[in-house]
Amino acid sequence: MLVYFIRRMMQAVLVLFIMSILVFVGVFSIGNPVDILINPQADQEEIARAIRVLGLDKPLWEQYWLFLVNAARGDLGRSFVFNIPAIELILQRMPATMELAICATFMGVLMGIPLGMWAGLKPDSVSGKSIMAGSILGFSLPTFWVGLMLIMIFAVYLGWLPSTGRGQTRNFLGIELSILTWDGIKHMMMPAFNLALFKLSLVIRLARAGTREAILQDYVKFARAKGLRSGRIIGVHVFKNIMIPIVTVLGLELGSTIAFAVVTETVFAWPGMGKLIIDSINLLDRPVIVAYLMIIVFMFIVINLVVDLMYSVLDPRVRIAEARG
Amino acid sequence: MTDAAPTLVVENLRTHFFTKAGVVKAVDDVSFTVGKGRILGLVGESGSGKSVTGFSIMGLVDAPGRVVGGRILFRGENLAEASEEQVRRLRGSRIAMIFQDPMMTLNPVLRIDTQMIEAVQAHDSVDRETARRRARDALGKVGIPSPDERLQAYPHQFSGGMRQRVAIATALLHKPDLIICDEPTTALDVTIQGQILYEMQKLCRDSGTSLVWITHDLSVIAGLADEVCVMYAGRIVEAGTVDEVLDRPLHPYTLGLIGSVPSRNVRGRPLAQIPGMTPSLLGLPAGCAFRTRCGRADDACLITPEISAPLPDRPIRCFHPVLAGPA
Ligand SMILES: Nc1ncnc2c1ncn2[C@@H]1O[C@H](COP(=O)(O)OP(=O)(O)OP(=O)(O)O)[C@@H](O)[C@H]1O
Ligand code: SF4
Ligand SMILES: [Mg+2]
Repeated sequence: MLVYFIRRMMQAVLVLFIMSILVFVGVFSIGNPVDILINPQADQEEIARAIRVLGLDKPLWEQYWLFLVNAARGDLGRSFVFNIPAIELILQRMPATMELAICATFMGVLMGIPLGMWAGLKPDSVSGKSIMAGSILGFSLPTFWVGLMLIMIFAVYLGWLPSTGRGQTRNFLGIELSILTWDGIKHMMMPAFNLALFKLSLVIRLARAGTREAILQDYVKFARAKGLRSGRIIGVHVFKNIMIPIVTVLGLELGSTIAFAVVTETVFAWPGMGKLIIDSINLLDRPVIVAYLMIIVFMFIVINLVVDLMYSVLDPRVRIAEARG
Repeated sequence: MTDAAPTLVVENLRTHFFTKAGVVKAVDDVSFTVGKGRILGLVGESGSGKSVTGFSIMGLVDAPGRVVGGRILFRGENLAEASEEQVRRLRGSRIAMIFQDPMMTLNPVLRIDTQMIEAVQAHDSVDRETARRRARDALGKVGIPSPDERLQAYPHQFSGGMRQRVAIATALLHKPDLIICDEPTTALDVTIQGQILYEMQKLCRDSGTSLVWITHDLSVIAGLADEVCVMYAGRIVEAGTVDEVLDRPLHPYTLGLIGSVPSRNVRGRPLAQIPGMTPSLLGLPAGCAFRTRCGRADDACLITPEISAPLPDRPIRCFHPVLAGPA
């Protein structure tokens, strides 16, 4: 188990290193921040001084080396625009995004599993087929369009829900959360659903496929032969088996949920990391972009690890194999 | 056999599968009786409808299949017409079933204790501790060492033979009157098969439990069962006591089956295989289903043979029974 853990950690460091090169080169090639940051009326000398202060006069490899040295000390640079550490800027925005992503994931699971299991148990019924048709829509409609439609219907036309911002938040263990106030919840509903839609569709498909497969298995027939009620067979025997792929996929999806919150946050003006990164790209605020991407990569790595651990909790067969390995 | 009311009487059972390609008559007019404490062997090649017969009794036929006719009288109650809830109450408590593949019958993600305790609690309202004790005792009875510890384990931590013992222990939890054993030893090696056969037989004798033992292996039936039904293409083609049927088979198919059992052959001589394959049950043509493989077939066999009894208590479906006896 320890060997396994160390091996995973070494992989993680390698991945981070390679990603940092890609990100650095990528960001370098999308434009010169000087053009945007510096007042066009400024004279040559002033521009040169600004470039020197930002460290943009050095060659790329040296900029990268400095970045690495600082990164090893936990410093990912200062925002050109706000002149505060990029990490700090991102961490300020992180709770909003995390809250949104986690709520969206819960929404996807809590709605998706019952709907998917129902569709799996009654694949030929009208309700089962409608659920599947809905999930196809959820997959194929673009997120931003669904977001705009939600705003049109619930904010503009019906006037039930607010369309922008986090609403009132409450401090919990030093973190501002919307979910703790009714106003915050109302602000949360549309963006969370918007972000959940893809996951919801995914969970429906996984739950349906898993259920259809499980109910044909001998262990379900044997459970019926024991005289169990169908509620217990579906709620325990089938449910436990379909949860394995769902947890795996959802866990892996959590990373992309956070990453792709960009679109939803932009549509609903949700003040999270996604909105920050879009603003930073517009202003070519390189340190923030680089730091954001590095944090996202790091998050993916951590999530993958946690999912693997969760997986072994859910599936006893994996647990044994690991204990031996 | 006739001193007590029989445990199970199956009369003219028909179970058909309504597939897109057509109707599959997996069980077609099957009748037999299992007395209290008796063991009935149900023999036939793969696809002859043995499992479907078992599932029909349990009320576990999957869609698109359905019991379309006949009666299943369990202690006088017709299960073919009982409600799902009535049948559920009997399943696992009065009638149990053990499946062919022990690797598949236990849920891989649930511990053994979960799977056994729920079986106890499905029929008796007892607390977890009591249910657990009963599960432990049942495991001990089927020869699982340190049952207390093994209850905590997951199925993959058991060998095939041990898993089948767990399944048997689960089946025994409520001391059922009837156990349907669907080839429970086929997937196991010969030693373990022997042990399990012996234990099941003993159990049956001791507790008066009746067994329906499904197998394609006549040699298993020979040492185990009291009566035997030979099944072919959804029908019972020959029935009788084990001694009579094995010593003097009347149906050409039974004769062929006996000829293909290794122990009954002279060493060195190749096994006599029945030529051809089990016919597809989809759109089976009229006439005797064994016709295409039968050495005695003639024009008479183009009509489906009804049950006749060329000898007393020896019902068969054949126009030309093997009355001369085996060579
Ligand atoms: N779900 C199903 N759909 C369609 N046909 C089915 C289905 N289940 C069983 N059958 C048909 O019923 C017939 C009998 O199957 P059954 O499982 O009872 O055979 P068996 O005698 O138990 O064979 P084996 O020794 O291989 O277990 C098969 O030929 C198959 O065509
Ligand atoms: S009825 Fe005819 S074909 Fe069928 S088993 Fe008898 S002899 Fe053979
Ligand atoms: Mg079978």
